[in-house]
Amino acid sequence: MNWLSELKKSALTALWFMFLTFPIMVMKVSTIGSDNTTVYRWKNMVIVGIGAFFLSFVWRWMLERRDRGQSAKSAESQLKLTAQLSGFINQKHVKRPLLAALLVFVILFPFITSLYQTNIMITALIYVMLGLGLNIVVGYGGLLNLGYAAFYMVGAYTYALMFKYMNSFFIEMGWQSGVMFWIALPLAGVVAAAFGILLALPVLRLRGDYLAIVTLAFAEIMKMLATNLDKITLGPSGIPGIPRPWFFGLRMNPMNATKVIYFIIIIIVVLTIIIVKRLENSRIGRAWEAMREDEIACQSMGIDITKAKLTAFSMGAVWAGFAGVIMAAKTTVVNPNSFTVWESVIILCVVVLGGMGSIAGVIVGALIIILMPEYLRAFSEYRMLIFGIVLVLMMIFRPGGLVRKIRKVHKLEEEDA
Amino acid sequence: MEYFLQLFLSGTTKGSIYALIALGYTMVYGIVQLINFAHGEIYMIGGFIALILGATLSQAGLSPGLVLVLSTGAAIVYSAAYGITVEKIAYKPLRKAPRLSALISAIGMSMFLQYYVLLSQTEKFLPFPSYLPSFAFLKDHTHIINSTQLIILMVTTVVMILLTLLIKFTKMGKAMRATSQDKEMAMLVGININSVISMTFVIGSATAALGGVLICSFMGQINYYIGFIAGIKAFVAAVLGGIGSIPGAVLGSFVLGWTESFGAGYISSDYEDAFAFIILILILIFRPAGLLGRKESKKV
Repeated sequence: MNWLSELKKSALTALWFMFLTFPIMVMKVSTIGSDNTTVYRWKNMVIVGIGAFFLSFVWRWMLERRDRGQSAKSAESQLKLTAQLSGFINQKHVKRPLLAALLVFVILFPFITSLYQTNIMITALIYVMLGLGLNIVVGYGGLLNLGYAAFYMVGAYTYALMFKYMNSFFIEMGWQSGVMFWIALPLAGVVAAAFGILLALPVLRLRGDYLAIVTLAFAEIMKMLATNLDKITLGPSGIPGIPRPWFFGLRMNPMNATKVIYFIIIIIVVLTIIIVKRLENSRIGRAWEAMREDEIACQSMGIDITKAKLTAFSMGAVWAGFAGVIMAAKTTVVNPNSFTVWESVIILCVVVLGGMGSIAGVIVGALIIILMPEYLRAFSEYRMLIFGIVLVLMMIFRPGGLVRKIRKVHKLEEEDA
Repeated sequence: MEYFLQLFLSGTTKGSIYALIALGYTMVYGIVQLINFAHGEIYMIGGFIALILGATLSQAGLSPGLVLVLSTGAAIVYSAAYGITVEKIAYKPLRKAPRLSALISAIGMSMFLQYYVLLSQTEKFLPFPSYLPSFAFLKDHTHIINSTQLIILMVTTVVMILLTLLIKFTKMGKAMRATSQDKEMAMLVGININSVISMTFVIGSATAALGGVLICSFMGQINYYIGFIAGIKAFVAAVLGGIGSIPGAVLGSFVLGWTESFGAGYISSDYEDAFAFIILILILIFRPAGLLGRKESKKV
C-alpha cells in the first residue's frame, strides 16, 4: 500500500516537528521580574502538526519531481516560452508601443498615485539598483559578496559627511545645499568603487565560501567604524538633516522632493540597465562569466583573473554607492543601523529570487521583495522569516531563479561529407 | 601582572566557548565541505531551550542541580535534533549542487532560525539564571577567575578529550575520517555516508548547545541574535586553525580568544569584535590553509 506508507511518513514528520518546535513555539517564559511564569500556547502546536503533515507531502512530491528531472523538463519548456516571449517583444512593431506605454505609465505614476505609493516605488527602485549591482558580482562573477550593504553605506555616508563638512562652505558661497547631491552622486560611485577594490585586493586568492565570510567581516568592520568613530560620523544616532536634491530652484517640500527623487532614480535605473546590458556582452563581461564557470580554465585561456575580480567588485560597488546617495537624500538621515548583514542578505535574496545573471529577473525580484511586504501588511511581520525560506527553496527547486537567464547557444552544423 | 592574568584567563574562557562552537563548523566542513551558516543559530537555540526548560523546571520546585542537568540535557538533545533537521531540509537535497547554492541555502536557514526564535519568543534580552555551582575555594580570587569560568574550562577540556577519543578510536570516528578524505571511496568500502553526515551534525550541534548553555550562564543573558556573531567568530577560529582540522579549531579558538581579550584590554574595547575580523583577513592573506591546516591543491 503506497499511500499508507506515505501517510505514515507524513504523520511521523508531523510528530517530529511538533516535538522539535515544542519548547520554542509552545512554551514561553518571562524571566524578567520576580514572577517566573511559563505560558503554554497549545494552538501553535496544532498548527505546526497540521502544517507539517501536509507540507511534508508537498515537499516529498516536489523533491521526487525534481530528481526525476521533470521540473528540469518543465523549466526547459518555460525557458523556451521566455525565449519566444522575448523574441515576440523584441519585434519592432511590438517593442515600440510597449516601451511607449511603459514610459507613459512610469512618468504618470507619481501624479496618479499618492505620495506614499511613490515613496514605496522609490525604495523598490533603489533595490533594483542594488540588485543589478550585486548581480554583477554574484551573477556574472560568481563571487558571493555578503558585504554588499557596506558599499551602500559608503555611498550614503559620502553624501552625509559631505553635507556635514561642506554645508557651511556652500552657504557662504550662497549656493543651495541641495547642489551637493549632484556632486555627491558621482563622487559616491567613485568612493564605493575604491572601497570595492580595497575589499577585492586581499581576497583575490580566496575561494567561494571564504570569500563570503571575508566580505561579511568587511561589512561588519565598516559598520563598526561608522558606529564608533562618533566624532566624524556622530555614532549610532547618525547624521540628520541631509538636504534633498537641488532641482533648478524648485522648493523642496516633501511632495516635490519625492517626485524629483523618483524621476532621478528612474533615470539612473534606466542608465544602469543599459550599462549592465552593454557590459554583459563586452569583453570584461564575458571574462566574468568565464571566471564564474571555472577560474583555472579561464586563466589558461589568457584572461587576467586579478583584473576580472577587481573590476567585478568595483563595478558592482558603484551602483551601491549611487543607491546610497539616493537613499540618504530620500530619508534625509543616515545611521549605521540601516546597513546590517541582513540588508546584504535581502539584496542577495533579490538577486537569487529573480535569477542570478538575469537583468529582468533582478527587476522582478526587487519588485516582489519590496512591494509584497508593503502591500500585504499581514505578511510584513514574517518578512525575514519568509525571505529565509525563499533562499532555501529557490536553491533547491529553482536555482536559476524566477526569470532565468537565456544563454546564447551556438550550434555547430555538421557538414555533409 | 594581575591585570594581564585576568585578561589571559578571560581570553581563555572565551577561547573555550569558541572552541565548542568551532568544532561543529570544522567537523561539518571536513565532511561535506560546507560552511554551516546555521550553526551559530543552533547554539542560540540550545541556550534558549535551556533557559525555557530551566525556568519551568525550577518553578516546579526542583533542586538547582537537577534543573541544571535536565535543562542542559534537553538543550543538547534538542540542538542535535535541530541540527539533523536543518541538514535534511537545507543541505541534503543540495549535495550534488554547486557549493554556492548550498552556501546560500545555509544563509537562508540561518535567517529563518533567527527570526523563528524572535517571532515565537521575544526580541528583548532575557536574563539567564545560572544554575552552575560556585566553588568556595575561589571566593578570594573572583577578580581573576570565577567558578563559571573554571567550569567552562573544565567542560571544554573534557569534551575535547572525548571527541579526540571518538575520532581516533571508534568505528564511527574511522568512518568519519574516511568520508572526509574521499566520499565515493568510503561508500565503496561500505560506509553509510548519510548516517556519518547525520552523526557529524549531531555531535557538532550537541557541543554547540553545551557552549550555548555555558556562555549564557557566564554572560547572564540571552537573545535571538547571540548566535550570529558567536557563529562568525567561531568560524574565524576554525579558519584560523585550518578548517577541517580538530586540533586546529581548538588552537585557533584560543588564539582568537586571547587576541580579543588583550586587544580589548590594552587597545580599545569599542573594537573588540573587529579584532576577530582583522585576524581573519590577515590569516587568509598570509596563510590561507590556517595554522594547522594542510594545503589543498586544486584540480581542474
